[in-house]
Amino acid sequence: MRIVVPIKQTPDLVEELELNDDETDVDREFLKFVLSEWDDQAIEEALLVKEAGGGEVIVVGFGDPDVELSLATAMAKGADRAVNLTGLGDGWIDSHTRAAALAEWLKGQEVDLVLAGVQAVDDLDGQLPPLLAAMLGWPHVGVVIGVEGKDNTIVVSQEFGGGKATRLEVKLPAVVGVQAARQPPRYASITRIRQAQQAGGIEEASVSAAGGGAGITVRRLFEPEKTGHADMLTGSPEEVADRIVELVRSKGVLK
Amino acid sequence: MANDILVLADHLRGQLSDTTAELVGQAKQLAGATGGQAVVALLGAPDLAGQITGADTVLTVDHPTLTDYTPEAWEKTLLHIVNERQPRLVLIANTTIGMDLGAGLSASWGAPLVAYAVRLEAEGGDIVATAQVYGGKLLAEVALGGDKGICTVVAGSFPAAAGGANPSVETVAPPPGLDDLRTSFLTMVEPEGGDVDITAADVLVSVGRGIGSQDNLELVQELADAIGAPLSASRPVTDAGWLPKTRQVGKSGLKVKPKVYLTFGISGAPEHLEGMRDAELIIACNTDAAAPIFDVAHYGTTLDLFDLVPAITDKVG
Repeated sequence: MRIVVPIKQTPDLVEELELNDDETDVDREFLKFVLSEWDDQAIEEALLVKEAGGGEVIVVGFGDPDVELSLATAMAKGADRAVNLTGLGDGWIDSHTRAAALAEWLKGQEVDLVLAGVQAVDDLDGQLPPLLAAMLGWPHVGVVIGVEGKDNTIVVSQEFGGGKATRLEVKLPAVVGVQAARQPPRYASITRIRQAQQAGGIEEASVSAAGGGAGITVRRLFEPEKTGHADMLTGSPEEVADRIVELVRSKGVLK
Repeated sequence: MANDILVLADHLRGQLSDTTAELVGQAKQLAGATGGQAVVALLGAPDLAGQITGADTVLTVDHPTLTDYTPEAWEKTLLHIVNERQPRLVLIANTTIGMDLGAGLSASWGAPLVAYAVRLEAEGGDIVATAQVYGGKLLAEVALGGDKGICTVVAGSFPAAAGGANPSVETVAPPPGLDDLRTSFLTMVEPEGGDVDITAADVLVSVGRGIGSQDNLELVQELADAIGAPLSASRPVTDAGWLPKTRQVGKSGLKVKPKVYLTFGISGAPEHLEGMRDAELIIACNTDAAAPIFDVAHYGTTLDLFDLVPAITDKVG
């Protein structure tokens, strides 16, 4: 089975998000970009499917900041090929444009399955997997927590709230939005990542992004108005612990 | 029709989600501004039509492949309905079903989409949506121009429709092609029984990504035992398999409303806040002072959980 995993880099949310001058985007210049966490899950699930039934995993980037490191890391983990699609620009790349670019590139490939992160922290115009599926005319299932490959089909577990899930059978080719892999994403050693970087293993392909565009106008980004904020407890761990125990006790739930 | 606001009824196994009533209430308001009707599309469960109030019309479509949800059958049917009715705006709950169908409809119907919307207004001919981005750290105000659009809406963003007249019910014939699908429903998997019911607990000790590893859970388990509370968790912890899914609080987990909710190492992604913001007393411990959890918590601390947790355990024990 040949599996494509599209990956994107999103701002590291641990850092402060500054806005650009007209406040329609984050200020990308000083931001740190990391692999979208759901894409990390999709890579893991793709490797598990490959290990169970054989095949090939191709990770595909969209020219995002530092995506080369994420592509090399995926190769160090066991992906067979890494391709960076270029030509989509430096700013926020909406999901419609990403999906159109990927659909364009996929036309030249023989691919059975696209496994993508189910969502991303900046997919304001919608999630990539269903957009891509609609453009390709392939079936799609999202919020998936497990994929089993068979001959010409896959069986996926789709998660609903509270531990409920359904099992669906889907004929290939198909697109799957991964919520979580069956096991936590594996680590790749620095040595192997360096090897993947040096081997020059990352291919490049330019795409036109014609047919993309989200059709929405972002007027402004702003911080949510705070309806309240926690009273912050300060002091030594012992002092704060005293205060917390007192608070919990006040609710009558401690003996 | 071109000014209608269409809501996709969100239901699973014969149960409408609470969000459906929230979307109907909001659709009725917007329809007043756009001069259209609030219309609900109810796929595969015509019996539920009687439970929908506050809308003008309910469209029911029934077909064997719509009874147990598959994205493909629902997507085809929803596209068929919007092609026929051409509503101004389609509202879909940001649930598993909404995450499946919203963006696909955007591509197949050729209409722009705003995901994770929490506020909606009609402004002249435009629909203006405010949506969560970057894990809820920012909001985006987005205009949907043109004559059609879609919003997927976060649960709890609007009050539920408060009664109102019973809508008229119309039956719509299913689209062609539902007998020839590439996706088939196999089974429903229910959570394993026997685990503690976190929705019934007065106190919950909840852990998130900040716990770092499964081994570190023991520290928090000792505190939970001392208090007599079950351990609950945010998604990264259950995804990693460190705690069972039955302990997960949030959008893809359970909604809880304990008297006391203590969090350690939870930053407060919107999906988590959706499941716990109504707790009576929320006390949060997270090293990032800017973490969104502190916006809903009543008390907070940026102390390291590895210093704080044993200190609390000592005082309680």
